[in-house]
Amino acid sequence: MQTVVNLWPLIGVLVIVVGFVLRFNPLLVVTAAAIATGFAAHFPLEKILATMGDGFLQTRALQLILLLPLAVIGLLERHGLRLHAQNWIARFERATVGRLLIIYLFVRESTAAMGLTSLGGHPQMVRPLLAPMAEGAAEKRFGKLPDKVRHKVLAMCAATDNVGLFFGEDIFVAFGAIALMHTFLLGSGIDVEPLHIAVWGIPTAICAFIVHAIRLHRFDRRLTRELTATAPASVQPEAAQ
Amino acid sequence: MIISIQYLYWLAGVLLLITAGMILADRTHPKRWSSALFWLLFAIPFLVGEHLPSVVVGVGVVLMALIAGLGGVGRGAHVELHDKASRASAGRLGHKLFIPALAIPLTTVIGSVLLKNVEIGGVPLLDPKNTTFVSLGLGCLIALGLACWLTRDTPVQALRESRRLTEALGWAMVLPQMLAMLGLLFNEAGVGTAVAHVTTTYINLDYKLVAVMVYVLGMALFTVIMGNGFAAFPVMTGGVGVPVLVGIYGGNPAVMAAIGMFSGYCGTLMTPMAANFNIVPAALLELPDKNAVIKAQMPTALMMLLVNIVLLYVLM
Repeated sequence: MQTVVNLWPLIGVLVIVVGFVLRFNPLLVVTAAAIATGFAAHFPLEKILATMGDGFLQTRALQLILLLPLAVIGLLERHGLRLHAQNWIARFERATVGRLLIIYLFVRESTAAMGLTSLGGHPQMVRPLLAPMAEGAAEKRFGKLPDKVRHKVLAMCAATDNVGLFFGEDIFVAFGAIALMHTFLLGSGIDVEPLHIAVWGIPTAICAFIVHAIRLHRFDRRLTRELTATAPASVQPEAAQ
Repeated sequence: MIISIQYLYWLAGVLLLITAGMILADRTHPKRWSSALFWLLFAIPFLVGEHLPSVVVGVGVVLMALIAGLGGVGRGAHVELHDKASRASAGRLGHKLFIPALAIPLTTVIGSVLLKNVEIGGVPLLDPKNTTFVSLGLGCLIALGLACWLTRDTPVQALRESRRLTEALGWAMVLPQMLAMLGLLFNEAGVGTAVAHVTTTYINLDYKLVAVMVYVLGMALFTVIMGNGFAAFPVMTGGVGVPVLVGIYGGNPAVMAAIGMFSGYCGTLMTPMAANFNIVPAALLELPDKNAVIKAQMPTALMMLLVNIVLLYVLM
């Protein structure tokens, strides 16, 4: 058999699960998990802190995507960008949340498949443009949305961006994940063309588009059912008085 | 290189420092001192990170987590443009408002695709390892110039807006980096080997369908735990994929790898550990439920896992 594997580092996973379930602040949960895992692997405290510091420095680039666009987006919002996006979409007779998001899903997934992953994204596309457009499309049909429904529409916008990106980028042959798979398989003595890995991703990518598009279509139907059913109900009691 | 990613780190650091300064100057801020300290601690690794010992950065990270955990990061008041003025401005500018917003992604794409290999006097124009990030940074600066010119507002107002959105995001902004850091620590501590050991020791892989399911669901589960499919791939493929699916059942390794990674992505759609895709967008859209995006994605992810099991079983 193999050498004995130290199972104690799994305690970090337990800390994460318990912490998230009990709804402690995630930053605190992650830090606690890091320290617990480090101790379980018999690292001294100094090494744990140094590994944390190193990791934090190595991943600073992640933050740029989020932080740098904020000034521009904020300034444009102050001058009515969201309002304009809402009004603009409301001019299209046949626009619905579902249809808008299906088109976005298609564009996002196909451009990501061509390597153009930075055409979308949450700070630069979803918050300033896609979300207000979806809201505008819904408000045109149903009037002012109840907060609960509005939040569902916004969450669906973010979800659609993610689904499009994930299932698109991985069939672009020069994408990092393909290189990672290729290198790992080479290390295990299997030589596969990166192009083959990309091509075999296509069936899943197509299915993902179909599955999510059907969900978006049904999301439209649900909005219609919920909002046209509740609107008269909330008006009637007043009318009866 | 002429434009290095280091400049963008400094820019980000300065932005965070200004946010901290504005909070400190804001006497009405509900959590003035602790919030300012939080954003100051966050600014430091961007400004002087490479000159500090890693341990010091690590201590800073722990302090930030403590401030956030004790509820010390608050949100200040912000003077919005009057609704009427905002409406008038939207009417006056119209579609022109889209120009700076679209300039960011367009510049990023142009920079990372066309300017990738441009050299001036033998020196690469953009940081070769970080073309996308550097192009994005340039795009933001160009867009900021355009936005100020179109709206006739000042860069100082842009900084106020940056502070407003930074505070709206709050501690969630730091979470992706914290999780990436945890992933590195998990790797060093051997969490991957432990998970692979558990899955391969206690599950009977004598049926092809069971082996396929263990690989697909294992990729997803492991990604849920680590928040990243890239961390799960070597573990599950080394533990189950190569020895069992390829070794015993003679599967096509390209199919296995492609569908395996996609199964990992299904996990990414379902986990708060992938904060930059799931938690940060919820904060950006100011949703009260931080898991709202995950909930919206869950049915798609579960259905795709089923699809992946079928596809891998049939195509392999």
